Amino acid sequence: MPKTLYDKLWENHVVHQEADGTALLYIDRHLVHEVTSPQAFEGLKLAGRKPWRVSSIVSTPDHNTPTDHWDEGIKDPISRQQVETLDANIREVGALAYFPFKDPRMGILHVVGPENGATLPGMTVVCGDSHTSTHGAFACLAHGIGTSEVEHVLATQCLLQKKSKTMLIAVDGKLGKGVTAKDVALAIIGTIGTAGGTGYAIEFGGSAIRGLSMEGRMTLCNMAIEGGARMGFVAVDDTTINYLKDRPFSPKGEVWERAVEYWRTLHSDAGAQFDRVVTLQAEAIQPQVTWGTSPEMVVAVGAAVPDPAKESDPVKREGMERALQYMGLNPNTPIQNIAIDKVFIGSCTNSRIEDLREAASVLKGRHVAANVKLALAVPGSGLVKRQAEAEGLDKVFIAAGFEWREPGCSMCLAMNADRLEPGERCASTSNRNFEGRQGPGGRTHLVSPAMAAAAAIAGRFADVREVL
Amino acid sequence: MEKFTRLEGLVAPLDRNNVDTDAIIPKQFLKSIKRSGFGPNAFDEWRYMDVGQPGQDNSGRPKNPNFVLNQPRYQGAQVLLTRANFGCGSSREHAPWALLDFGFKAIIAESFADIFFNNCFKNGIVPIVLPAAEIEALFQQVEATPGYKLVVDLQAQAVIRPDGHGVPFQIDAFRKECLLNGWDDIGLTLRHAEKIREFEEKRRINQPWLFA
Repeated sequence: MPKTLYDKLWENHVVHQEADGTALLYIDRHLVHEVTSPQAFEGLKLAGRKPWRVSSIVSTPDHNTPTDHWDEGIKDPISRQQVETLDANIREVGALAYFPFKDPRMGILHVVGPENGATLPGMTVVCGDSHTSTHGAFACLAHGIGTSEVEHVLATQCLLQKKSKTMLIAVDGKLGKGVTAKDVALAIIGTIGTAGGTGYAIEFGGSAIRGLSMEGRMTLCNMAIEGGARMGFVAVDDTTINYLKDRPFSPKGEVWERAVEYWRTLHSDAGAQFDRVVTLQAEAIQPQVTWGTSPEMVVAVGAAVPDPAKESDPVKREGMERALQYMGLNPNTPIQNIAIDKVFIGSCTNSRIEDLREAASVLKGRHVAANVKLALAVPGSGLVKRQAEAEGLDKVFIAAGFEWREPGCSMCLAMNADRLEPGERCASTSNRNFEGRQGPGGRTHLVSPAMAAAAAIAGRFADVREVL
Repeated sequence: MEKFTRLEGLVAPLDRNNVDTDAIIPKQFLKSIKRSGFGPNAFDEWRYMDVGQPGQDNSGRPKNPNFVLNQPRYQGAQVLLTRANFGCGSSREHAPWALLDFGFKAIIAESFADIFFNNCFKNGIVPIVLPAAEIEALFQQVEATPGYKLVVDLQAQAVIRPDGHGVPFQIDAFRKECLLNGWDDIGLTLRHAEKIREFEEKRRINQPWLFA
């Protein structure tokens, strides 16, 4: 019987199965950061247990770390304690790789893993972070877990799982100029809704997806969770294999050849059945801008803020009204009339080299508008930062009026000092526009890096296709 | 983990779709390295008029009178009634920790986000999915009846209304057993340690690149 990619990944990891289908899945890669791990390490210690296989662990602090004045360390004492706790825990138990604060390879875990070749096709990848779905770009079974499960993986190298349903999201055709993976992700979420993927493992397929770079695929899989699916993945092809060649933790020599041979099998077989299939036409996808407090509240840049009066479901209507009130927006306002206060280019969604190149190509020779109080460019890792600097992108950002920062999660969730003040409006390349996400009272509009750059220049949302 | 068998508890209604884990426990409180003490900051941005800080004494903070959980009639609630896609967003287990610390032992919703749903079971909270029509009826009854209580009978897999009407719910057999017995997942898994080791050894031979 033809198998889906999900079937293949699942079957390759089942250690044991209970009568009701609950399975014990073997975990290949465990990514660990400072926010969701301290209680797990403590629990392990209290129970007198040892980590099962420390060579599965890749770790770096990212959520709490500052993005400027690194010479001054971490000023917030509570943040500092959390980062120091990670430091102490990893130094005690060990890891395949640990990039502490200020290490040249430190960065956002979901950028660091892949760029070091620590994320390989066919792996199960888990992390106490919902955006672990990012690693699905490499045909991994990758998803976020809670802290109890972090402890469970540390102690047993396994997770208790029930098999998900499968969804194929096929995007066929060719994306238009200025339309990126982020726009595809937002358009998908706009179509299926933030709960559309609940209970499903999503495979992204179709010619437009195959045409994406690994960076683009990571952006897309990263946002699977915003569509409700814990995991989203893309089949292995030449793009995957070319990306992985010669990365620090990628296999070498004869083992590489063997690995590639296996990786080539990581795709859904012809005729494989999915529980649900959604199709989108690439040419129909426009640059997207969210207007509300859920990623599903999204429209094309040429559209206007929707009118709750036209929504028939009372719970949804009230949700829209509450969102508009929080966002300080009136129904039917054209998206391009909405002025912004801040711009954030970064996060595990959009902080890779290609994202920075896209933004820089829009910013080159232009300047941030006078009404924009702060424009931040935060590379996803030390390696991304140096690569960007080697290409001169830092100079483009700085000349345009952006601040060029050190890597980290930064204003995506504002656990460090980078945040919105109440009422401030931000064009952000991050993944969540929830109330208070970027700072209490802050108003987030999710966009692609190119669209964030276009908004920075115009001081309001603008159609990047008109400035490219 | 504490056992969960049967609960009779006051019900509090949170009439919204898509309540995300950032709303349940905002990020500044995630800096704690403990599992406990999150209750006073559950729903912090909705519950208080000011911006909360970790380590702060919350007793004197101005409360938002319009937030439903601040209403006197819902004090001491153990059952949270809400709508669709509860617990979406971040995987932070601080969300169920905060809800449990606040007093909630069962959450009834039209649907839950996957990671949050999973995290509930690790903490002895029962997440119950009921059809939209049942949820709507419960909202109306809670609204109309001060002191409205529900019985959650896990063994029987039913939510029992004060009028005696029982609404059945589904739960995985394995998860139900774990909740009923308060079993520690890790202990259960380690019973299969030998099997895990064998699996790992085979993997090391067949896919050596995974063990660099």
